[in-house]
Order: sequence, then structure tokens, then C-alpha cells
Amino acid sequence: MNFSDHPPFVWPFLAGMAFIFVYLPLVYLNWLRKGKLKEFRVMPAHIFSSKTLLAVKEIFSECLLHRRIFRFNRRLGYMHMSLAFGWFLLIVVGKAETMLFTHDGFNPPYLPVFFKYFYPSGIPHTFKGYFFLTLMDLLLLFVLSGLFLAFYKRFRSRRLGMTRTTRHILPDRIALTFLWMIFPFRWFAESVTAGLAGSGGFFTLGSGKLLAGILPLDLMQEPAWWAYSVALGGFFFALPFSRYMHIFTEAVMILLKHWGMKTPERDNGYGDFELNACSRCGICTNVCQLSADAGITHSQAVYFLRDARYGLLERDTAENCFLCGRCSRACPVEIGVDELRLAARRRFAGELAAPVTGIPRGVNGQGTFPGLNTQTGSGMKSKGVAGLKVDVKEGMKGGATRDQKNGVEVLYFGGCMSHLTPGIMAATRTILEKAGISFAVLDEQETLCCGRPAMQAGLEGQAREIIARLSERIRQSGASLLLVSCPICYRVFREEYHLPIPVEHHTRYFSRLVTSRPALFHSSSLRMSYHDPCDLGRGSGIYEEPRKILRHTGTLVPVPQEREDALCCGGSLANLAITPRQRQQVTDAAYAHLTAEAPDFVVTSCPLCKKTFAAGKRPVPVIDIAEALAFSMTGDTVPTRLQKSTRELVAP
Amino acid sequence: MSTKGDKWGFQPEKSNVIVLDRPVAPLYRQLRLKVPSLASCFFCGGCSATCTASEEGMNFRVVHLLLCRGEMEKVGSLIAPCLLCGKCTLVCPRNVDTRSVVFNLKLALHELQ
Repeated sequence: MNFSDHPPFVWPFLAGMAFIFVYLPLVYLNWLRKGKLKEFRVMPAHIFSSKTLLAVKEIFSECLLHRRIFRFNRRLGYMHMSLAFGWFLLIVVGKAETMLFTHDGFNPPYLPVFFKYFYPSGIPHTFKGYFFLTLMDLLLLFVLSGLFLAFYKRFRSRRLGMTRTTRHILPDRIALTFLWMIFPFRWFAESVTAGLAGSGGFFTLGSGKLLAGILPLDLMQEPAWWAYSVALGGFFFALPFSRYMHIFTEAVMILLKHWGMKTPERDNGYGDFELNACSRCGICTNVCQLSADAGITHSQAVYFLRDARYGLLERDTAENCFLCGRCSRACPVEIGVDELRLAARRRFAGELAAPVTGIPRGVNGQGTFPGLNTQTGSGMKSKGVAGLKVDVKEGMKGGATRDQKNGVEVLYFGGCMSHLTPGIMAATRTILEKAGISFAVLDEQETLCCGRPAMQAGLEGQAREIIARLSERIRQSGASLLLVSCPICYRVFREEYHLPIPVEHHTRYFSRLVTSRPALFHSSSLRMSYHDPCDLGRGSGIYEEPRKILRHTGTLVPVPQEREDALCCGGSLANLAITPRQRQQVTDAAYAHLTAEAPDFVVTSCPLCKKTFAAGKRPVPVIDIAEALAFSMTGDTVPTRLQKSTRELVAP
Repeated sequence: MSTKGDKWGFQPEKSNVIVLDRPVAPLYRQLRLKVPSLASCFFCGGCSATCTASEEGMNFRVVHLLLCRGEMEKVGSLIAPCLLCGKCTLVCPRNVDTRSVVFNLKLALHELQ
């Protein structure tokens, strides 16, 4: 056969393919141009290392096999895998088949795609020929089964694990229509040709023979192949403007990720790869509590990424989010949605990001710092631990002087939210005093903000100013460790402050105390369920330490969704657009989830979670882990005050 | 219609009347649309009592009053020290999203400049 005279029907496919191979590299280069040279200098070291191999492995397992979707739902995983991996194999095996046939690796690009048109019976009368015919038919069946599931998903999405599916826009619908036409048309065209030739694979020949009985196949042949080619070409032309941009972009993004590019503080182009790597599969809308509990259906990760990609982002879409991280955790592409959202909020805040004057005086670093009050609990050890009554008020007065502050082991920072839940600060004092650890309280008389709420609102400049001043104060304190009660503060101290001393959240610090001095803490028969705060769990990766404390002091009751999949309490400061009523709906649902097993207490390790859950009448009290630990230290197995209030609430 | 009271001259003149329930200033009207819960604020001052930035002059109750009156000049400097920590919202007995009010105000005033 002479390949120089192309049959005319190959042209739509060729044009589409040429468009993709010219347009996509241009787009990618344009994005990369935003990056600064020094950001790319680190790349060669990564490119020629095992990281590239890791990237290729991830591309294989995520872009083709879709392993992370299998984790979410097996049927959905199969659907995505059969379409992606099946199509990939059709291309690769098809190419191998043609190479075997023409003994030429550089045969025309359309040959593998339209192979059956040119050679309906493959390589006749050989095992190789039969093998490829059967294999290609099996692969086509594989893809068609995925397509059937995708079609089925339109009507019964729940059977594929999707409570909610994405609402698609016009470019997506156009591309989807072309995509769905490709494989049935291929099947039809191959069947027609097989029916005419009387030979082919088991699947196409079978359907071809059936068609021969009812259709004039000789008239159908050319239109059938035309239709297949047009579907392919149309899909390729629609691809860069639709969600299917993810097919190629995801692979490039994974490479860049392994080569050391990050979601940017400054726009360096990587964000564009992330935005375009979203396939709008909609898994994020299924894990989002806003859609499940509060009826908010416009600001989920998928819609945020879509609007940002097309430049249609509105403030409300960027702001109506708890930044709880559940969507990033579920995302099969692992897009850093929270970072992109923060970047968008910073853009909306605009010039406000510049520093402003008038930060509260307490942190101005002028030496007038009324909050710093030093004390030590070391003198109390001799009195023994069990049964010791600690006068919290006495402890608060301290009695230490400024001079002592350089000697303290621990600098304790309660944060704003602990000031609203003073039980946590009192409990922390009790524990530190009884353990004989010398400590100073950084925000004794007044509250100081760590800067993270402003940062989450996009007010970067204001946040940076407070961070600079507060970190100066912490440096001057001379303490050897900063102890924090609030996961929100903990995260920003860890990520943004760059302190010379270690920062510890109290769960971690106290779990070490439980290990090293278990005799200090008494066990009880209390049943407790644990609520993972977003910033401590998904944000900082601390799951085991609080559970260790609770197992030591009582019985830990499991919660259906915990650890990485834990729910948000609904109190997150990151959401700037939610109404109080919607917030309450999220909180109520999360509370019901935590008390499903009827524990004696819900324990959390975040003052904001505690405060959020505390609003309204709650049959099961919510306490902080420091309080649970302090109770177990004082020997009161059940804190009387809480017990009383529980009785009152249960028996009206 | 004339009563004795009219002739005394002790009635407030119309121009001095501030009806706090009726938003007059355009910015305030927009804000009420953006954060409807602001309507249920009854100026108790719980927010101001817990405020971290209060010693720098931040006072949500005052800000709200100034907004009602349409006195925008002072509002900007009052809300500047707010760090959006959100304590005011958590203590509010009327479930007013005070934090959202201040945040939107910051952005709106910035756009006006």
C-alpha cells in the first residue's frame, strides 16, 4: 500500500493532533515563563536523579491507573482506569502492531488509529496477526466498558460512589460529546470493515456480521471512518479549552512537582499547571462538608479551580471555604487547592497586603510587655502528686520576676481562642505545675494574635507585620521551647515564624510527658471520642499523640471518619463568606458524627473547635485534651462541674 | 394638625434623626446585603470587650454606629488594627458575623481609596 496518498478521512484527526502538539507546548512554555530563573536552577539536580523515575512511576499509577480513585471507590476507579489506561494501551499496542506490519517505526501517525481500514484482517494466517487482532478487540471492549460506566454514572452516580457530580460548562460538554463518540464510532467503523472483509477480531467481526445482515455495509464504510476521525479531531480541538486539558497537564505537573516546583507564594506558573490539571472529577464535592451539610454548592475546589482557570473567579468562591484540607486529601491529582485559594485571596485583598499601622501595642517589642509572667511549678513536686489541690488563681499570679524569665523551660502561648476557653489555659498550667516544669506565659493579661487569621483572609502584609513583632518577643524570652494550645497558632509558628527554639503543640508535648512519667496520670473508665482539628491533623500530621494520651487516661471510642478523613468542626476562621446559620449546620452534623457512639466526652485539642462545639445545648460535653489530662492528674476521674452540667442537660 | 407639644419646639428636627434600622449610606447598604446578620446587632459591646485590637481604638460597636450614621472618615482608622482573629464573632450573642463585616469593610474602603 502506498501511504503517500492519504485517504481524505484522516485529515480531521491529523489536524486535531497537529493542533495539540503545537498548541500545548506553547501554552506550557508560556506558563513557565512566569517563573524566575533562580527557581529553575534547582531543576537539573532533580532531573538527573531518582526523582524523575519516581515521577514516571507516579504518572503511570495516577494518570493511567488512577490508583487514588480506586481508594475512593472501586467502580469509579475502574471507570477512570479503563478510559485512560485502555486508551493508552490502544495507542501503544496499535503502534506496535503497525510497526510489526510495516517494519518501520516512522509509519504515518494515522496508521495505528485507522489500521483496520487499511488491513481489515491484520497479518493473515499468523499467530502474531491473530494475537494482535484479539488483543486490540479486548482493549476496545475494555474502553467501551468504562464508557458504559461513565454513561451509567450520568443517571446513577451513587452506584459509583458519587453523591454529587460536577456541574459542567459548555466547553466540557462539547469535549465530552466528542470523547463519548470516539470509541463507539471506532467500534462501528471497525465492525463495518470487518463485516465487509469477512475477517477481523472476535468482537468486531461478530458485530460486523450482525451489521451485514441489516445495513448496506459498502455504503457505510467511508462515512463510518469519517465519523470516527471527526470525533477524534473534534475532541483534540476541544481538549485545551475543556477539563480534558488535565490529560497532558497532569503528567507535566507531576514531573514539575518532582523536579522541585511548589505551589507558589508568588505566581511562578506552577499554579497554572495545577489549575489545568484538575479533571473536574467531582470527588472533592463529595467530601466537602459545605455541600453535604450547609447546601453551599458553588465554592468547592472543583468550581474554584475552574473559575480561576478561566479567569472568572469571584471573591465569594475563593472565600467560602474552611480550608479544612479534606478536598486536597481526597483529590486524585493532589492539587494544592488551599495554597491556590490563599493566593487568590491575596490577590483580592490587593494593596491591603501592604503593611498597615496600628498593631496592638502588646507586641511592639519595646519592652512594655505586660503579658510575660514567669513562674515555676518545681516547688510543688515535694508535696506529692496525687490528691494535690492546685489553686489555679494562685498559680496565675505566679510571683516570679522578669529576671527569672531567661531560665524557663517552656514559654506557653495560649492564643486568642484559648482566652475564650480559659479552662484550657488553666488545665495547661495545672499540668505544667504538677509536672514541675518551669514556664512563662506569653499572653497572660492580654491576647495576642498569631497572624494566621489575617493570612487566611489574604491580608499578607498585616500578617507579616504581626509575625515579625511576635517572633521578636519570643526570641527575647530566652525560653527553650514554645508550647502552644491552638493548632492554628501552632501551624503558623511552625511554617512562618522560623523561630530558633522548637515549637510544640500541647498534644505532642504532653504525650511525651505521659510516656516519660506515666505515674503522674491516672487512668479512668471514661469513654472518649477524639475530634481531629484540621490544622493539627491534616495541617500538621499529628494524629497518634492525642490518641496515646486518651488511651492512657481512659477508653478511646472510634469515630467513623477520623484521622486524615476527620470532619471540620465548622468554626474555621478561614471561611469569610459563610452565614452563621450554615456554619451551625456544619457544626451540628460534625457533632452528631462525633457522638454517634455515645461517649462520655468529646475530646479535641483545639480551643476553637471546643468553642464552636460548645455553642448550643450539647448532651455530651466537649473538652480539650489538656483538660482531660489535668482531670486525670488531679485524680478526679470525672470533673464534677462537667458531670453536673451533663446531668442537668440529660435529665431536664 | 397641631398639638401643644408642637409649639414647645422640643421635637427633634428631621435632619438630625438617625434611624439605626434603616441603612442610609450606600456602603452600609451594600454591607448589609453582603452580611445580613449585621441587622441583628443590638450594640451590646461584647465584641469590643473581647477585642485584641481594642487598645488601639478598634471598637466594633462604634464602627457599626458610625456606619449607620454614614460617617465613613473615622471607620478606616478604627478597623485598621483588626487582625481578624474572630473572637468577636464567637462571643456575639446575636450571631452577627462581625469578622466578616470588618473584613468586607477593609476591602471596600480600600477599593474606595
